[in-house]
Amino acid sequence: MKKEFDIIANLVEKKSKVLDVGCGDGELMKYINENITNDIRGLEISKSNVQKCVAKGLTVIEGDAEKDLKQFPKSSFDYVILSQTLQAFLYPENVISELLRVGKKAIVTIPNFGYWKVRIHLLFRGTMPITKDLPNEWYNTPNLHMCTIKDFVNYCNKKNIKINSKNLSYKNLFSQLGIFVIEK
Amino acid sequence: MNDIKKVKKLVIDKPLKLDCGQIISNFPLAYETYGKLNDKKDNAILAFHALTGDQFASGVNPITNKEGWWNYLIGPSKAIDTQKYFVICANVIGGCMGSYGPSNINPNTNKNFGTEFPVITINDMVNAQYHLLDFFKIKKLFSVLGGSMGGMQVLQFVSNFPDKSETAIPIACTHSHSAQNIALNELGRQSIMADHNWVNGFYNNNNKSPDKGLAVARMAAHITYLSKKGLQEKFGRKLQERDDLKFGFDADFQIESYLRHQGSVFVDRFDANSYLYITRAMDYFDLSKKFDGNLSKAFEKTNTKFFIISFTSDWLYPTSENREIVIALNSIGKDVGFAEITSDKGHDSFLLDVPDFLNTIKNFLNTSYDKKNEKRI
Repeated sequence: MKKEFDIIANLVEKKSKVLDVGCGDGELMKYINENITNDIRGLEISKSNVQKCVAKGLTVIEGDAEKDLKQFPKSSFDYVILSQTLQAFLYPENVISELLRVGKKAIVTIPNFGYWKVRIHLLFRGTMPITKDLPNEWYNTPNLHMCTIKDFVNYCNKKNIKINSKNLSYKNLFSQLGIFVIEK
Repeated sequence: MNDIKKVKKLVIDKPLKLDCGQIISNFPLAYETYGKLNDKKDNAILAFHALTGDQFASGVNPITNKEGWWNYLIGPSKAIDTQKYFVICANVIGGCMGSYGPSNINPNTNKNFGTEFPVITINDMVNAQYHLLDFFKIKKLFSVLGGSMGGMQVLQFVSNFPDKSETAIPIACTHSHSAQNIALNELGRQSIMADHNWVNGFYNNNNKSPDKGLAVARMAAHITYLSKKGLQEKFGRKLQERDDLKFGFDADFQIESYLRHQGSVFVDRFDANSYLYITRAMDYFDLSKKFDGNLSKAFEKTNTKFFIISFTSDWLYPTSENREIVIALNSIGKDVGFAEITSDKGHDSFLLDVPDFLNTIKNFLNTSYDKKNEKRI
């Protein structure tokens, strides 16, 4: 179990209705399904991951978050989870607004480009940072829109999205991952 | 086809009002079962067949001596394991494998119904098959599934009987027959009707049947069940038992020979009038029509757990049409999963050995069955 999953699962209220956007192989969904709520389903673009989710007995819909969130009505889920995929979308702004339309709350996690190791890598080596959470080279990374925890908080403030943001400068420097609960 | 008298039949004594307005009663419904119904009667699966299918989904069809059409999927230790599940499959009304159809005798004339048989719909087929639940004393099916026209029956079944199945798997189908599909069916029907032996559907009186017309209908349809890539890979421009072109109209190419073969074996097992009636039923299928065009309303009352499957190379019932069903269910918060299976075998993929497809069904059914009795968190 990834520590990230544990934190996300603890943010979800029992018996709530959840959509995991970009649910991957379904490990997080499985954990939430077994421990928090069984009213959970996933949206996943990769065919092999869809097969893995089905094998785990999870409800999964093959689809693309950038196109297929629109089929869900407004506030149809208590929580919509987006775990470390925001930076890979072509239009992350649209995805965020769809998450907030479909879910009463959205749990968004991002790899933090403001993490100190990332800063040092860029500062001293002068090349694009490669870390455990950012393992790819600039030319083959799926990440199109990297941001820092501070960037994300600033964005939410600008768009009047409610966000939990305590100890911001500390977290921005020392966290590899930003985990946010946001709502309109 | 005298052996047809030996197939299992349920005579439905309750009158059934058809969509066309006619009422039928005391009509036969031919069926077959695989596996055993357990004591709790909670392991029953109703499989619906496609246009040219029949009740012999698994094992060997005793009439044609060919393997059942869903042999890859259904059987002992197969994706739908008949050591665990009880599978029921019936021949649709309008069909020609023992159920009430145009080749039955019209008691008023003592001749075959022919085109005096009432036009039937997918709704009529499903309503007729619903009697199987009473017959087997099953309160709720564990699953309903089917591909192509079978998938349409799945959708209609859940819409008509929202609390009669735990799960539903519509495969490679549509909620509304498209203009292209109506056109292709019309091509087949016109081919049958253009055969002089058809004689307005009363060919049985002359002991001649419109075999050529039916064979051409099958040939045309068969092309639509495959994909361009699949055809190209299997046949390309390969020649049929000859070194060069013969500058004539014999089957020079393997694909021609293959299609002619498909046409000729089909007429031995299928009735031309049944082909007309069943294609008509598909054309009339438009599930949301009754609900002012709002497909979601067709499923409003159900808590059935859906899993919808399409295939990448299926251009007859493409992913986009299957996805419309997913969208309609999602938009009202129903429990629906969806997968598009990669296959270059076209629409026929649902009948073939496509491991991802078979595994998807196996996993969905088995995990749903195991979960069914678990208490809710």
